[in-house]
Amino acid sequence: MGFFDTLAAMLASPLMQRALMIAVLVGVSAPVMGTYLVQRRLALLGDGIGHVALTGVAMGWLAGAAAGLTPHDVLAVPGAVVAAIAGAVLIEIVREQGKTSGDVALALLFYGGIAGGVLLIGAAGGTSANLTGYLFGSISTVTVLDVWLSAGLAAVILGIGLGLRPALFALCHDEEFARAAGLPVRALNILVAVLAALTVSVSMRVVGVLLVSALMIVPVAIAQLTARSFGATMGTAMVIGAVVCVTGLSVTYFHPLSPGATIVVLAVGLYAVLAVLRPLLSRPKPGGDPHPDTEDDVRVGEAA
Amino acid sequence: MAQPAIRTQGLRVDLGAGPILHGIDLTVPGGEAVALLGANGSGKSTLVKALMGIVPIASGRAEIYGADVAASRRLVPWSRVGYVPQRVGSTAGVPATALEVVASGLLANRRLRPGRAARQRSLAALEQVGLLERARESVQVFSGGQQQRVLIARALVRRPDLLILDEPLAGIDKASKEALAGILATLRAQGTTLLVVLHELGELAGLIERAVVLRHGSVLHDGPPPPAAPGHDHPGHDHLHAHEDRPPGHTVPDLSSEW
Repeated sequence: MGFFDTLAAMLASPLMQRALMIAVLVGVSAPVMGTYLVQRRLALLGDGIGHVALTGVAMGWLAGAAAGLTPHDVLAVPGAVVAAIAGAVLIEIVREQGKTSGDVALALLFYGGIAGGVLLIGAAGGTSANLTGYLFGSISTVTVLDVWLSAGLAAVILGIGLGLRPALFALCHDEEFARAAGLPVRALNILVAVLAALTVSVSMRVVGVLLVSALMIVPVAIAQLTARSFGATMGTAMVIGAVVCVTGLSVTYFHPLSPGATIVVLAVGLYAVLAVLRPLLSRPKPGGDPHPDTEDDVRVGEAA
Repeated sequence: MAQPAIRTQGLRVDLGAGPILHGIDLTVPGGEAVALLGANGSGKSTLVKALMGIVPIASGRAEIYGADVAASRRLVPWSRVGYVPQRVGSTAGVPATALEVVASGLLANRRLRPGRAARQRSLAALEQVGLLERARESVQVFSGGQQQRVLIARALVRRPDLLILDEPLAGIDKASKEALAGILATLRAQGTTLLVVLHELGELAGLIERAVVLRHGSVLHDGPPPPAAPGHDHPGHDHLHAHEDRPPGHTVPDLSSEW
């Protein structure tokens, strides 16, 4: 069977169709929020939220087990959404109050989230092995319902993230100016936090909690290598996100590799290659000397 | 009678341990050009930030066009106010072009998108500060003075009735200072109210009609611009008083430039 036959078989498989659809949705929407987070220098916020989402997964599991639902993890993703939003809003409040620096608040969430998840999953009668699917992603087991859920979350992220781009750009570029301009800074901050939480929840299925932030951040890092504007960075990152997600997932159809890890390694590899090649790709600007032609403030050379 | 552009009554701002500002009563009627002077740490920037709602007000009132900036923040006509913050190193992690940064100045409390003519207005504002040719370049590669001019354009693009500038002359070359003075003179002639935080009047001396001097967080002087302290005046200025008791050749060193 040739390569194209295998490719056709892959595209004909309903399981792979669902997985590819989610990969595209996540690949396009995660870098949108990632661009805002990188601009605010909160690149690791996604990680903090992801860890809290793990506690949410375990809480959903616990609730599902208590209610006697089958399978036990039917409430895991809703639990992750609730916990991620709560965690993101909490980080935002801590940051706004300025009582704890942003990175310490993130560290508290990281460790509290993971430890809480492991404890709760044990209390629900599971083992930490049950969490593995959420830690490393489980895109190969997605259901039709998962696809609809991802599509809905992605629509919200893209609709608000792109529709309110001028206001969110102003906020993330210079928060004090945004406040002085009269923008509803607090509401927008909460909005960014909630959207980041939704992004984490939707990406969790693809790459898992531990790598969720990579999908948001690495495409932006790659786009930054070449883009000069905010708009171009976001647009390029969305394309790169979709391409690495689909490519990485397709590779795992041919080789038995972890989809999440493959996608992230692919993205990081792309970054490395472009970073090395960049000096060769970028041409010097026409016009030569980039300095403006202005008079000196001091008199030089006249005494000679 | 029209509302004053700025009015504070018994304004007090606490940051950290103690009061940074206390008992500030200040009224700036529309159309005035006021300098806010004082040493480092006297509370000039904090006063401006309190007016803009950036730092919390502990007690007293601060109003912009009659609306309380703390209690009725949403009612303040922010679109009439342009704010040029003190330039700090760019903290944003994603590249942004000068055009994108300036266009963000078109947003206000009732406007979350910049509107239809955003592009032309932003380019016009960049032309005013002499950066039209670099509109599509990332501000990350701009020099400090050029970044300062982008921030000024971001405030000008709003076509403000009240323009507040925090240390606009710091760290920019003489040509840019004179260009800024020209822009402010034009705005002033159009009736724009100006509040400028400064260390010394410098190039703006001809423009400023009133100076408010802060010391230790309260108003020390409010009236005509006071003469500069010795050693802080312009190197070429005329001495209005004689110095008979000074040995010939003694000159006051000029420490003012850029410091």
